Amino acid sequence: MAQEKSHNKTVYKLLFAVIGMFAFGFALVPLYDVFCEITGINGKTQGRYEVTDAKVLEVDESREVRVQFITHNNENMPWEFRPVVAEIKVHPGELTSVDFYAKNTTSRTMTAQAVPSLSPSRGVDYFHKTECFCFNQQKLEAQEEVLMPLRFVVDKALPDELKVLTLSYTLFDQKNPDQASSGELPMTFTINEQSVATR
Amino acid sequence: MSATVDTALDNNTQSDHEHHGPAKGIARWLFTTNHKDIGSMYLWFSFAMFLLGGCMALTIRAELFQPGLQLIEPEFFNQMTTLHGLIMVFGAVMPAFVGLANWLIPMMVGAPDMALPRMNNWSFWILPFAFALLVSTLFMEGGAPNFGWTFYAPLSTTYAPDTVTYFIFGVHMMGVSSIMGAINVIATILNMRAPGMTLMKMPLFVWTWLITAFLLIAVMPVLAGVVTMMLMDVHFGTSFFNAAGGGDPVMFQHIFWFFGHPEVYIMILPAFGVVSQIIPTFSRKPLFGYHSMVYAVGSIAILSFIVWAHHMFTVGMPLFGELFFMYATMLIAVPTGVKVFNWIATMFRGSLTFEAPMLFSIAFVVLFTIGGFSGLMLAIAPSDFQYHDTYFVVAHFHYVLVPGAIFGIFAAVYYWLPKWCGNMYDEALAKWHFWLSFVGMNLAFFPMHFLGLAGMPRRIPDYALQFADFNSISTVGAFLFGATQLLFLYLVIKTIRSGEKATDQVWEGAEGLEWTIPSPAPYHTFSTPPEVK
Repeated sequence: MAQEKSHNKTVYKLLFAVIGMFAFGFALVPLYDVFCEITGINGKTQGRYEVTDAKVLEVDESREVRVQFITHNNENMPWEFRPVVAEIKVHPGELTSVDFYAKNTTSRTMTAQAVPSLSPSRGVDYFHKTECFCFNQQKLEAQEEVLMPLRFVVDKALPDELKVLTLSYTLFDQKNPDQASSGELPMTFTINEQSVATR
Repeated sequence: MSATVDTALDNNTQSDHEHHGPAKGIARWLFTTNHKDIGSMYLWFSFAMFLLGGCMALTIRAELFQPGLQLIEPEFFNQMTTLHGLIMVFGAVMPAFVGLANWLIPMMVGAPDMALPRMNNWSFWILPFAFALLVSTLFMEGGAPNFGWTFYAPLSTTYAPDTVTYFIFGVHMMGVSSIMGAINVIATILNMRAPGMTLMKMPLFVWTWLITAFLLIAVMPVLAGVVTMMLMDVHFGTSFFNAAGGGDPVMFQHIFWFFGHPEVYIMILPAFGVVSQIIPTFSRKPLFGYHSMVYAVGSIAILSFIVWAHHMFTVGMPLFGELFFMYATMLIAVPTGVKVFNWIATMFRGSLTFEAPMLFSIAFVVLFTIGGFSGLMLAIAPSDFQYHDTYFVVAHFHYVLVPGAIFGIFAAVYYWLPKWCGNMYDEALAKWHFWLSFVGMNLAFFPMHFLGLAGMPRRIPDYALQFADFNSISTVGAFLFGATQLLFLYLVIKTIRSGEKATDQVWEGAEGLEWTIPSPAPYHTFSTPPEVK
């Protein structure tokens, strides 16, 4: 019947729209990451910075920027984790090194991943890390302790009104990122690995 | 009645019943493909859920009658707020409008039934199972979901009770039901209009439902997606919303509100349509500005996709985001204002009478506008930081949902009930129902504005002493409103059983195809399409 045929056409189109919107819901996940990366909205700092232009390292003595370091442990992460210095004053363009202290307080070997976040998020584009322990995972034996390096330079293009940058690290238990929600065997999906690896 | 058209369109297995009316007994309701039967089931189901969700609201209000913890544990209080929200949104308001769509759209466009009658049956019968799944969690170890109807991660993933899985599958089923209902409505409206019924001649209720159905198609799959991500986070070790694994809890809010904001228009647009049918009838004038009404509904629907983050001004958005979502949200006031203007212009110099449907419609226009204004206040990003998560928000959305969506449904039921069952309802009782609902509802929700502005946070079982007076007034109003709905139940049953016979046109000023058929509407209508001029 002609009527039924036209219903089929309408229904197929609408079902296609439904499936499309379901897929769009999932597509929002990578889109969200891309959007945040482009705009730097949620304070995700960028990866390793290569000094290609010597001008970046010309020190601007005329002003000082306070850089603060704070650390958190994700829940159920037993390690000791803290910055060696909590705050440092630097000139833009000055290559600076600081250390973070970490100790595996448990009696088993563990792997950790530190995830950085910078506040205010407008500063993300002007905070360059040439070396960071957050680029790799940290594997520590039981009771082992380590000093982890961070080398950074603050860009001279940093807007004048930004006088304080706060860099926060959260330490995650990498082998068992989901331990809080269930007692099941942890599985790491590619989506985790990719997004962690870019940091 | 032409048998050939019937059997072809309504090709169910019991075709021998087609000529004589409905089957007997329970089989009629289980296997029916008749749009009127299914519409009635939707409406009854919705009313049952309205009472159930209402009892939960009264539990909440009873606990809040006085400061301190009297009746229930805070854990149970959280379960009540969560289930009250979910049941009212997905169980009461949405199915009621699908029920109205089932009853009215075929009669309004001159079609013999919905386009896909068997899918229609299925989309209804999923619902009782979905809600059985959801409500059964109350009796399980760990209790029902307790994370609020917005189920923000990680509250609904990392910290959720085990019953969250039942909640997730319940939401999946509700989503499937809504999507099938929406496909049915669109297919009916696009393919089955009587000859001569062009799109711009359709009654506004049909227009608003067409647009609502497209909204449903667009956002219910996103809701299904977000609960699926939760399911994977909870059970399969993914980290969509878990920062520990590279996910982002704020992303949950973005995806949820991408669904959630169009959802609030899904709940109000059909009520716009109902009111646009009723006000002209009792003003005895055609609707003012039909075309602008259609375009206004369309613009509201489109704008609803770009304003979602006004629900999350406080998550730490950049200034540009705050400004964009603030202005986009305020823009919605323009088409909404056009609609309110047109309703008032329709009444202006009309020959007004105030039967129950009209009373509910006028209350709708006034009180929905109040809800709209408090929405504008919330849309102002800098002041939203003060109102966020306070009772002001609770007052706002109850003002748009109770005298908005629910009064719209009451108005529709009074308006079309004589057409459905052939008897006039008891006007005096209906006026009692209106005035008690009106007073109870305002008493319950108006003080919440003050509570919110004074800083009382929402979703808490206990509060500081200075909030005591307004809370007790609010509780009294809530119980008045709740008890009044039993009067409505009595009134509807009484009308179905007895009452003065209704004429075909029922209301003096009523226009439209549904008023040209006998009252009560025969089991099969428009088997031969009417000619629309």
